[in-house]
Amino acid sequence: MTAIAAQSGAPGAAHPGEPGLFIQARWAVSDTLTITRRNLLVWMRVPAYIVFTVIQPVMFVLMFRYVFGGAIPVNVPGGYVNFLMPGIIAQTAAFASFGTAIALAQELKKGVIDRLRSMPMARSAVLAGRLVADTARMTVTILIVLAVGYAVGFRFQNGPVPAILMVVLSVVFGVAICLIAAYTGLAIGDEESVQAFGLIWLFPITFLSSAFVPISTMPGWLQAFANNQPVTYVVNTMRALALGGPIEANLWKSIVWLVGIFVVFAPLAVRAYKRAA
Amino acid sequence: MGLGQGREDVVTGFNSEPAILVEGLTKSFGEVRALRGIDLSVPPGTVLGVLGPNGAGKTTAVRILTTLLRPDGGRALVEGHDVVREAAAVRRSIGLSGQSAAIQEELTGRENLEIVGRLYHLSWPRARARAAELLEQFDLVEAADRAAKNFSGGMQRRLDLAASLVGQPQVLFLDEPTTGLDPRSRLGMWDIIRSLVAGGTTMLLTTQYLDEADELANEIVVIDHGLVIAAGTSEELKGRVGGDVLQFTVPDRARVSDAVTAIAQIGEGEPHVDKETGVINVGVGGRGSEALIEAVRNLDAASIEIHGLMLRRPSLDDVFLALTGHAAEEDGQPDQRRRGRRRGSKKDSAGVAS
Repeated sequence: MTAIAAQSGAPGAAHPGEPGLFIQARWAVSDTLTITRRNLLVWMRVPAYIVFTVIQPVMFVLMFRYVFGGAIPVNVPGGYVNFLMPGIIAQTAAFASFGTAIALAQELKKGVIDRLRSMPMARSAVLAGRLVADTARMTVTILIVLAVGYAVGFRFQNGPVPAILMVVLSVVFGVAICLIAAYTGLAIGDEESVQAFGLIWLFPITFLSSAFVPISTMPGWLQAFANNQPVTYVVNTMRALALGGPIEANLWKSIVWLVGIFVVFAPLAVRAYKRAA
Repeated sequence: MGLGQGREDVVTGFNSEPAILVEGLTKSFGEVRALRGIDLSVPPGTVLGVLGPNGAGKTTAVRILTTLLRPDGGRALVEGHDVVREAAAVRRSIGLSGQSAAIQEELTGRENLEIVGRLYHLSWPRARARAAELLEQFDLVEAADRAAKNFSGGMQRRLDLAASLVGQPQVLFLDEPTTGLDPRSRLGMWDIIRSLVAGGTTMLLTTQYLDEADELANEIVVIDHGLVIAAGTSEELKGRVGGDVLQFTVPDRARVSDAVTAIAQIGEGEPHVDKETGVINVGVGGRGSEALIEAVRNLDAASIEIHGLMLRRPSLDDVFLALTGHAAEEDGQPDQRRRGRRRGSKKDSAGVAS
């Protein structure tokens, strides 16, 4: 143990003065990547996370394709599986936000965020690293779900570029939802409450949309909600990209909603992080 | 190079700028006034023990000093840097190890330390080397590549402390470093802390355990309800109680109040009774042996059975009791729970020794 004494005595980490802007920017990037790496490592170490993020959406695909699908008449080329996949991918992207909210709430409660905030690292890195890691995780999940979709009969009908754009749109949508989740996770700060809160808003907005069934099959009052909410706009846009058909109106509404979410919730999440004390 | 100088000054006995300076610090959470104007000064290379019950304001003070919380009033300097205006500079010179082990449990001990090294902007090879060094020093080499969640409580704390030393801080904040640890792990932690002190690290250590402050700290401040109610060395504080303490246990809980009546005339102050354990303590001033004999007579006359009768020098427990009117280990105040944040858990009784 005598070595400790010698080690800690040396004032090694002290930097004289404040580092320049360029160095600070480089550190911000490097810190974000370090946190991203850490988060992805954690994700791969916890089987429950993999089940929740990968197996669950795959089960949804199989269930809707083979259990409910037969009872749902749709008017798209290729039948229900083609109707379903854009919807389920949007839902998968949205549900990825559970991971964001739960992880942040846990880190806050366990004091991990405090510890990081007492270190000379870039303050933005915790939140940025969380979002980058979750975006990577979400993208992997979406690609897996898409592969499973292909195995059960889904086919893009509109060429490769719109297909890629569909995946990009779903990821952007997922990141927007993750921002909302980051805010709620930090503001609520308790893992179980955060999870419950996620369920009570994410389930309705994904199921009461055009994701799984044509809205015309819903009762009138429900149609009024389903037709005018962001998940429907995003799913309709994704569906048009995947299968062809008119896209304009839904695309613009999606963009307006997504930009709106970023503009409102990015500052809220940052503020909640700063206040998380 | 104020720092290196500071260290030499300690050796040569020179007076120099304090490593931690706190003046009139206040902080409220809504209605709760967590800190009501505290002053502290810690010379470089020394250990300040901050003693107080749960909710006294210890953790709030540490959180302000480590830049996690902004004070409402007053000022605090660490290594000469203001914790609000020069927070970045403060963060470069401190290490923090908290009540709960703030490590990533899913990752291995080594990964945890390497990641912290990277966040201190060490290169990958340096971060790896530093992690290996610390694992070696903290006796964690064998467990290094296991997930930290499989570590024992003591190992997790050691890893947590190791993480706080990655950046080789000049000032280390230890917030209840042994709360919840078993007695053996506590002793191990004390050894580590002593060796850090021997290396010249300035330390602010909060604790609910009086024996811990007694063992480790050069100076002690006692905080209660957000105020410093006493300060001095352990010996000075003990001097405040004045004289000896008579202690005994009444195994039959039903007779405890009779016992208190029997010795009421002997003590210099109110006897303190621990209802759970039946332990009675009473200060007897300078008339130690006389009081001892009288106590035996009175208790025998009342035919009260007692165990472990002794006359002893006052401990910091007695000091705390004398200063605050309640024992250090009791929860003094309704908890200032802040938005679901976990406070120190109710400690194991193992730590309450003395």
